Amino acid sequence: MPKDGGIGASTKRREDVRFLSGTGNYTDDINLHNQTYVHFLRSDVAHGRIKSIDTTVASAMPGVVRIFTGADFEGVGSVPCGWEITDRFGEKMQEPAHPVLAQGKVHHVGDQICAVVAETLEQARDAAEAIEVDIEELPAVVDMKKALEEGSPKVHDDLTSNLCFDWGFVEENKAAVEEAFQNAAHVTTLELVNNRLIANPMEPRVAVGDFNRGTGDHTLYTTSQNPHVIRLLMGAFVLGIPEHKLRVVAPDVGGGFGTKIFHYAEEAFCTFAAKAINRPVKWTSTRSEAFMSDAHGRDHVSTIQLALDADNNFTALRTDTYANMGAYLSTFAPSVPTWLHGTLMAGNYKTPLVYVNVKAVFTNTVPVDAYRGAGRPEATYQLERVVDKAALELGVDPVALRRQNFITEFPYQTPVAVEYDTGDYNATMDKLTQVADFAGFAARRAESEAKGKLRGFGVNCYIEACGIAPSNLVGQLGARAGLYESATVRVNATGGLTVMTGSHSHGQGHETAFPQVIADMIGIDASMIEIEHGDTDKAPMGMGTYGSRSLAVGGSAMVRATEKIINKAKKIAAHLMEASEGDVELKDGQFSVAGTDKSVAWGDVTLAAYVPHNYPLEDIEPGLEETAFYDPANFTYPSGAYCCEVEVDPETGKVTVERFAAADDFGNVVNPMIVSGQVHGGIAQGIGQALLEGAAYDENGQLLTGSYMDYAMPRASDLPFYTVDHSCQTPCTHNPLGVKGCGEAGAIGSPPAVVNAVIDALRSAGQDITHIDMPLSPARVWAAMNNA
Amino acid sequence: MYNFEFEKPTTVAEAVAALSSDEAQALGGGQTLLPTMKQRLAMPEKLVSLTGIADMKGVSASGGTLTIGGGTPHKTVADEATAYPALAALASNIGDPAVRNRGTIGGSLANNDPSACYPSAALASGATIVTNAREIAADDFFQGMFTTALDEGEIITAVKFPIPEKANYQKFEQPASRFALVGVYVAKYAEGVRVAVTGASEEGVFRWTEAEAALSSNFAVSALEGLSVPADGMIGDLHGTSEYRAHLVGVLTKRAVTAAA
Repeated sequence: MPKDGGIGASTKRREDVRFLSGTGNYTDDINLHNQTYVHFLRSDVAHGRIKSIDTTVASAMPGVVRIFTGADFEGVGSVPCGWEITDRFGEKMQEPAHPVLAQGKVHHVGDQICAVVAETLEQARDAAEAIEVDIEELPAVVDMKKALEEGSPKVHDDLTSNLCFDWGFVEENKAAVEEAFQNAAHVTTLELVNNRLIANPMEPRVAVGDFNRGTGDHTLYTTSQNPHVIRLLMGAFVLGIPEHKLRVVAPDVGGGFGTKIFHYAEEAFCTFAAKAINRPVKWTSTRSEAFMSDAHGRDHVSTIQLALDADNNFTALRTDTYANMGAYLSTFAPSVPTWLHGTLMAGNYKTPLVYVNVKAVFTNTVPVDAYRGAGRPEATYQLERVVDKAALELGVDPVALRRQNFITEFPYQTPVAVEYDTGDYNATMDKLTQVADFAGFAARRAESEAKGKLRGFGVNCYIEACGIAPSNLVGQLGARAGLYESATVRVNATGGLTVMTGSHSHGQGHETAFPQVIADMIGIDASMIEIEHGDTDKAPMGMGTYGSRSLAVGGSAMVRATEKIINKAKKIAAHLMEASEGDVELKDGQFSVAGTDKSVAWGDVTLAAYVPHNYPLEDIEPGLEETAFYDPANFTYPSGAYCCEVEVDPETGKVTVERFAAADDFGNVVNPMIVSGQVHGGIAQGIGQALLEGAAYDENGQLLTGSYMDYAMPRASDLPFYTVDHSCQTPCTHNPLGVKGCGEAGAIGSPPAVVNAVIDALRSAGQDITHIDMPLSPARVWAAMNNA
Repeated sequence: MYNFEFEKPTTVAEAVAALSSDEAQALGGGQTLLPTMKQRLAMPEKLVSLTGIADMKGVSASGGTLTIGGGTPHKTVADEATAYPALAALASNIGDPAVRNRGTIGGSLANNDPSACYPSAALASGATIVTNAREIAADDFFQGMFTTALDEGEIITAVKFPIPEKANYQKFEQPASRFALVGVYVAKYAEGVRVAVTGASEEGVFRWTEAEAALSSNFAVSALEGLSVPADGMIGDLHGTSEYRAHLVGVLTKRAVTAAA
């Protein structure tokens, strides 16, 4: 049994007490003296030229402090993109400017035209309605393939076309892949859409800008997953504020799912305007604004082909994907369909040859960027659907076909650049077979059929790549940032610890899980350790939370800093016990000398560090505080196998998820309860994508799913009780905790299982259906069944 | 939301008086009107709340008629309309608990959302809509999407439902809003069967008279064999084509008959 509060214990989440008792401190809870409110006047057309803006009447309205237009931002930097892709031909991607407020043109519904700053939000909204904006509406383009046609409207006048880049990976393999297809005994082809999603965190985005005229210091409070990244992007690229004059605070954040990674124009606006008017400026997104201004996710259209030999071994894989960038390049948008997608296309299989082509396309829609999984769900969905289709065509068991092609020896160098350190895909499939009760399916199907329902069984595997790294590699791949993490461990005089981390917790439970690691290392109670995050003035430079990286990267930095602490504490203890440092051991919070009865407590040593009366001042400094930066040697590679059972109502096409089981390998697990919760949430989002969610635009670029009346979020009643297991553990070999990351697995691994199950259910009724695009709404399933 | 005046009368007469001014708007439970106002899509100068009028609240049954006050929330109907179980069941599945505790039957009928549940019950039951001025038969009350026979300032004070021998409501939910993508209400009376459909038609709630005739002579699923509503005139949108909605009308009618029988 793990020690309560130590590694392996399902310690209850300490942060939940404040979240559930209404005592959290979210950005919207922050109100500053003399604060003003901003309302953004947003474009209601998808594409248009701004002919004039008349603010005369609006400016004179009650409470209006100032109205900003694009003219106020001439000379101010563009909202930057953090990743530059080099295309198949060695050319850099096309990168449009992304002004804080529109400069001459609007490019999507929701694009900011003007910003009204007033004493109250209602006054700002009133005045915004009195602004006269004359926009010449231009033809918009929404469909990616149409956007690439000759003569299509151009989203950006100054780019040569709507093609952001045409990426090939691995380009050198292209010819060999084509040859393998020519020699294949069987080729399975599947065209599919990875539907556009809107993240919808419970807390909408908020930004509060503040400026201190006395010191010249700027502060931005914002709903961010990575305040340091915002400080760097906004300070260096948009507003020209050096880091030492800019503090970014992301306090309690109510969910991110990727969409709060990015630097948004509203953040830059509030920071800029606070100085311009010398008063704090606050913006709180409405839910309606969130739908048309938060970066969307996914939105890929792909054709995938799998080549097999006569023995059903996978011999080659190729995929052509169109990836929607939306109207501007959001912070990490170019990395999602490329490095986070192409490198995953080997999946769990020893396919020797892979070629991935991605055309990234500008359209008159909201920018698209990382959303829980980011590229990896898109890869997994293609791969696991085409494998299922291949099994259908070949008349073989889809699980057996997978097992036959599993990678079984590690480390494994894939043909798509990455090297998997550890894994055991048969073990997770064995575990799934047991926890999902494969054997009982036939009986359950018979029960469903007796009720007039079709029952389907779907299985898939997935491989994840978390903690994207190392920095020198990602720099070569186009990242404009490093991907390390930092931690400062501050031991206080009476023995408690304050740990400042660049990882940000917005639902992941870091404040509980991180202390469990340190508590184990020192042998003290976890309650003596406090995690501080989300403030650039507290933690050293950090990269934040996304890509399931916090424990693997941020946790490793924390371990390294704690190791430094323990090393120094041992020196102090050795002095106190008049022993040799090499003989000092630390166990259960006690330092002792091997082979003697000498010991000093943790608290004695920490006190000595700050009250250094009896202290080796000639050898070491007083105090006990250490910082570490950790840059991983490789990604981590969680993996697993998922199983979904659905019932389909043949009369209406309605799908219900009856059972869902997950067998994951996350390496070592610090807090199993939190890990289960992360998987639960991920599966909910995956089922949401598979059955319910889908952002839709009409041909003029109007968002048809602009509210919960039309955008279907999963609710508790849409979801079954899950069976999740993470007892298969092949620890990561290159980080000190042997952990891999669990935040995105559920969202990556679940959509194909759901779709595979629905197809299986329909085929059980004799329907010759091999694919339906997500979301598998009742109407779509019924249409497929009736060729309607 | 724009500024507005607010009145909360305690009698119907006071409410009628308060609504006589221009740009005054009656407020029931506010489950449609308030979100619309928050989005600045409606800007009444005056809101007249009907929730303070005790006479407009409550559920009672006598002589084969269930009478529900116009200001009665769905939750109360769900709990107290025991004399008419199919109607109570419908009320218990409108929206979510917050909606059911605030939203009222009068508000729902007066709004006549094409996807609302109550209009189908009122039409299939041949209910009588009682207002401060008159009584209106359900057949005359619903006049197309968001359109009713109500005059400006006219208030639904009560709804009288003849209690059927058998009845059932089948709602197929639109995946996002959980409103009825299609809802079918079947009610069997001694004088015949009435079938009302919500959610499906571009004209709002309607009676499927062909099914009514078939079921009136034989109240069984078999009577519906071969019957279908034409897709023409059905709503087609993101959540379902007009063909799909027409198909669901048939499926749900059969299910309602099975459940009612």
